[in-house]
Amino acid sequence: MPPHDAATRVQTTGYLRHTWPVRLMHWINVLAFILLLMSGLQIFNAYPALNWGKSSYSGRPPILQMDARMDAQGNPMGVTRVFGHEFNTTGVLGLSAGMDGQPVQRGFPAWITLPSQQWLAMGRRWHFFFAWVLVINGFAYIAYTLASRHLARDLMPTRADWRSIGQSIKDHLLLRNAGEAARHYNILQKLTYLGVIFVLFPLVILLGWAMSPGLNALFPGWIDVFGGRQSARTIHFVVAWLLVGFVFIHLFEVVISGFWNNLRSMITGRYRTEGSEDA
Amino acid sequence: MPSQDNSRRRFLRRALAAGGALVLSGCDQLSQSAWFTKLLGSAEKLTFATQRLLLPRKAMAQEFTEADLSPFFRSNGTSNPDNPGYQAMAAHQFADYRLQVGGLVAQPRAYSLDELRALPSRTQITRHDCVEGWSAIGKWKGVPLSRVLEQVQPQPSARYVVFYCADPMDARGTRYYESIDMEDAWHAQTLLAYELNDAPLPIKNGAPIRVRVERQLGYKMAKYIMQIQLVERLDDIAGGQGGYWEDRGYEWYAGI
Repeated sequence: MPPHDAATRVQTTGYLRHTWPVRLMHWINVLAFILLLMSGLQIFNAYPALNWGKSSYSGRPPILQMDARMDAQGNPMGVTRVFGHEFNTTGVLGLSAGMDGQPVQRGFPAWITLPSQQWLAMGRRWHFFFAWVLVINGFAYIAYTLASRHLARDLMPTRADWRSIGQSIKDHLLLRNAGEAARHYNILQKLTYLGVIFVLFPLVILLGWAMSPGLNALFPGWIDVFGGRQSARTIHFVVAWLLVGFVFIHLFEVVISGFWNNLRSMITGRYRTEGSEDA
Repeated sequence: MPSQDNSRRRFLRRALAAGGALVLSGCDQLSQSAWFTKLLGSAEKLTFATQRLLLPRKAMAQEFTEADLSPFFRSNGTSNPDNPGYQAMAAHQFADYRLQVGGLVAQPRAYSLDELRALPSRTQITRHDCVEGWSAIGKWKGVPLSRVLEQVQPQPSARYVVFYCADPMDARGTRYYESIDMEDAWHAQTLLAYELNDAPLPIKNGAPIRVRVERQLGYKMAKYIMQIQLVERLDDIAGGQGGYWEDRGYEWYAGI
């Protein structure tokens, strides 16, 4: 999260770390991603299983399935089957408290789906609206990052970055703060951001399109590069969770490297440098 | 410092929990409001316009081989219409079935099942994508809707084809219905299907006739079709949204 080299000094104690377009697009992305994840899990719940291949009915069992059944005592239990192994996931996956507090059969629980109750039509409305928000925001970001040279200046690894990769891994493992060097993204940070921006997000969008019967007709068979529509649905699900994994690592790093300073820099743009008083 | 850290952490945790609960209940309330759901629904128009812009009129849905066929073709929604008139027809293998085609056409007419079978047919192995997320692959044989349209001759004012079905969806007897526009109606893969996997269409899959609209989701492909009407507008039919599920909040354009 670094500054441009020609960063504007806001005060003697800080500098402008993020330009306003980057800040705005970051928060739009935060909003869209959270809503897409939660409405996506609502949509998943309508068919709480993942298949591999072109169809769901190919004679092979799903690779993942959430279900509810009776246990040996005759009590309802939630189960999750992954590659043929069954896990008791009562209360979270397969069976969880419904809107009235009584256990109901559902894939993901009400507290993580949007809307909370089982309501596919509304989940789809949220999902496709914010999918457009994400796509438009994403294109705007790419255009900005190229035009402003944010990509070339701040995100592309330099030769020095590559040489520092060993040190950077060590620093991350030891949770060592980079001090003044934190004015620039380190190599792991650059690679992670590039991976998220240019691999995971484009992939999750493309896999979403791969599930559209309309877009399937654009070039018949194009979704076979993902293994077919049901494989595309499965990978869409996995990539969404990889993005969640990124968010957790990102938040962890934000917290340990000066939470308020980082947060301020993503809201007002201003980042206080070492030695200055932290709020 | 430690105490300050702790209080910050506590604040953060509380803020997160409160924020999360607020977002959830806020979103649930927004889902109930007319203006917000309408705003969310505007994405459908954008999706429809974009797909129509990108997709050539004649772009074909992917077709598959016999090796890809699903071992059994799942039934969804109605699996046996609770309708005495339908049951009586089914008892006679639909010998008394007449498909009424009318509305904004020059030559309204009724077709028996044999008359439909006598028209040129098309066979296609396609993937059926349910709005719920699952897919099944089946082999469909039927008469292209375009053949029927050529015979009844739509008037220039006709903009939609509406399918009226035999299956009641609730205790009040609300019947299933669906609609597509003329672009999908004339598409080569849009069939009035009477066979699935080389056998007469089973009741659970929509006997005697269901429509195939291969570039859209399963709920567009109405089963148990009794009547076809060409119309200029949809807002004066049932709930006004162009279909049974559309009247319950699903998109009329189900290309995604």
